[in-house]
Amino acid sequence: MSLNELWFLLIAVLFVGFFFLEGFDFGVGMETQILAKNDTERRILINSIGPFWDANEVWLITGAGAMFAAFPHWYATLFSGFYIPFVFALLALIARGVAFEFRGKRDSKAWQKTWDVCIFFGSFLPPFLLAVVFASFIKGLPIDKDMQMYAGFFDIVNAYTVVAGITVVLLCLVHGLMFTTLRTLGDLQERARKLAQKLLIPLAALLVAFVVMTYTMTDIFDKRGTLLWIVVVLAVAAYLLAGYFMMRKKDGYAFGMTGAVMALSVASIFIGLFPRVMISSLDQAFNLTITNAASGQYSLKVMTIVALTLLPFVLGYQIWSYFIFHKRVHEKEHLEY
Amino acid sequence: MDTVLLSRIQFASTTIFHYFFVPVSIGLALIIAIMETMYVRKGNEEYKRMAQFWGKLFLINFAVGVVTGILQEFQFGMNWSDYSRFVGDVFGAPLAIEALLAFFLESTFIGIWIFGWDKVSKRIHLLSIWLVAFGTMLSAFWILLANSFMQHPVGFQINNGRAEMNDIFALITNGQLLVEFPHTVLAAYATGAFLVTGISAYKLLKKQDVAFFRKSFEIAAIVGVISSFGVAVAGHAQAQYLVETQPMKMAASEALWGESGDPAPWTVFANIDVKNQTNSNEVQVPYLLSFLSYSKFSGDVKGMLELQKEYEVAYGPGDYIPPVKTTFWSFRIMVAAGTLMMLFGVYAIYLMWRKKMDRPNTWFMRFMFWGLLLPPIANTAGWIMTEIGRQPWTVFGLMTTEDSVSPNITSGQVLFSVISFTAIYAILGAVLVGLFVKVIKKGPYAMDNEHGESHDPYNKEG
Repeated sequence: MSLNELWFLLIAVLFVGFFFLEGFDFGVGMETQILAKNDTERRILINSIGPFWDANEVWLITGAGAMFAAFPHWYATLFSGFYIPFVFALLALIARGVAFEFRGKRDSKAWQKTWDVCIFFGSFLPPFLLAVVFASFIKGLPIDKDMQMYAGFFDIVNAYTVVAGITVVLLCLVHGLMFTTLRTLGDLQERARKLAQKLLIPLAALLVAFVVMTYTMTDIFDKRGTLLWIVVVLAVAAYLLAGYFMMRKKDGYAFGMTGAVMALSVASIFIGLFPRVMISSLDQAFNLTITNAASGQYSLKVMTIVALTLLPFVLGYQIWSYFIFHKRVHEKEHLEY
Repeated sequence: MDTVLLSRIQFASTTIFHYFFVPVSIGLALIIAIMETMYVRKGNEEYKRMAQFWGKLFLINFAVGVVTGILQEFQFGMNWSDYSRFVGDVFGAPLAIEALLAFFLESTFIGIWIFGWDKVSKRIHLLSIWLVAFGTMLSAFWILLANSFMQHPVGFQINNGRAEMNDIFALITNGQLLVEFPHTVLAAYATGAFLVTGISAYKLLKKQDVAFFRKSFEIAAIVGVISSFGVAVAGHAQAQYLVETQPMKMAASEALWGESGDPAPWTVFANIDVKNQTNSNEVQVPYLLSFLSYSKFSGDVKGMLELQKEYEVAYGPGDYIPPVKTTFWSFRIMVAAGTLMMLFGVYAIYLMWRKKMDRPNTWFMRFMFWGLLLPPIANTAGWIMTEIGRQPWTVFGLMTTEDSVSPNITSGQVLFSVISFTAIYAILGAVLVGLFVKVIKKGPYAMDNEHGESHDPYNKEG
């Protein structure tokens, strides 16, 4: 495997990790408006992701950083080309991040409501916008011979990308609901499981629509047919198992399966892209690839040594932190937020 | 307005705002770690309460620092894509390492620290805050490594029109980094320290929780005096490095148009006439510029007009003189604020040494309260001098700011983002100050009921 391929893989892993992990805390953020009946339940939900959400978000920051370091042209084309969507995603992430910390600091209903709105939109907009961006990766974007992207509104917002956006948002919600079943008790836990079950059919419809549209509107099944079909079959299996485990109240397994569906969906985008990183809708020759968008070999080598040395530690202490906070959150204990 | 100017406004305003919170996080993390260490070693609950009370402020501040940091990473690509293409090879790597090495560490262990008070052992809990403090320092190291490359590019070669890294050790041992890192980190420790002494001084003036705040004041004053002297020493080293590597910035920060003469005097005040490239009404201290530049009382310093000619030969025609007034005055504001910090610190230590902290002078405590503004003023002025003084370059000698901007964004888009980020930052700033005041007013002994007050167990909505 060349270093360019390795870094493409690492970036894919970082984004898969991001959607798997922050996926559930985005979902829990949305639940504060959908599932919670009162302020106590809302606070239990927020505290259930309290120790984790910040580290989960670092997966996104590291993913973008790795892109910058390993494929500077990818980073430059992507972030300047999607200027306005990123402004909105950033505003949402900024509001969400402080809202967790701020909402409990004053005893005022209006104050808390304001930050609750921030938590909801901050949990809904970023996955939606990021899914729109990722979907338009494989659909192709107007990128010229200088690697500059000049996208109009409909290049970014169209039926395909919007379906992708809604699908990922709903997937985050279901994944988040399963996380809630793992960290809460009683009525809240019961309702989370029920709502997740109810959402299974609409989510399945969206996922099927997304696969069909991908098949007809992009070239990725032509390029990576066999591998992608394997992913689709695995995703279907994971989906059915998720439903089965939900019915049997095996919440841990069900959470693993909703996460697997998320991971496979995100992975399929990267599999379809490879070895391209951005597809030009103007001319195949203008595609950004893991070769023409990459840093020099020396830089990649340094980064590889650093990443392979640090990753075991990073993964180790993150898993450990989930172990520390494996107990369920309930209203009788100290709620920080 | 064009995209370059708007992007510069956005970068400057968001960076300055972000940098109000970063030094506070770095400094407070250290002070809280010291307090918690004393708690674990002495078993005195008062120290635990100290860590928790200052921790409240730390967490509010940390949240704003983190969220404004995400924008910092993304806007290189959004607004400065040609810059990112040109230096991504060298500049992206430290950013990625910063995330991998520091951000994961900070974010995971801050989670354990906040939620782990009764879930992990005392020692693990203490270790968490030290790891957070260590993480903030690592973060500073890697981001300053990237910034040092912009000030003094090393460890690269130009290949196919891009700067490619060829020596990571040259980047790590960049002379610029070796002076910039201690200067910046010590300034951050001073920032945290003066915040704690400032707030403690306010509470001592009000005679509220006197024992608690006197102890806090004393711990922070020691950190403050050590770090503010350290900042000055490191700053002196940095000035000397500046004369060697960015003489134009040094000349601009002295508003030195022509040759300084030998020995060179230091200008305290001057009426700068940029149009005619002269100064009037100068007030000068003899020998001092020579000392600042070379650590001896002789030697002349090159002026801007001479350097302009040299730069034209080296880099082609163009205007290489940065905004002189901004550079000149920001340097003086930084030095003045830093000097006051040292004086305040020394007097505070004197009071402690003479055991006069029981009845400290009220005028001094009032000074110490307002003194909490000194580090942010010095930090901001310092960065303005560093970044404005480098203009017209983004990477000194290699790439201009003009060439760095994204060619595919419109001024309308950037105007929209400038307005929306400014608006949300203004709200964040106001809320943060409001919450700080609230936490400080409540004091360290009212925290336990924070959420309890409004929650009537019989009220289902509660």
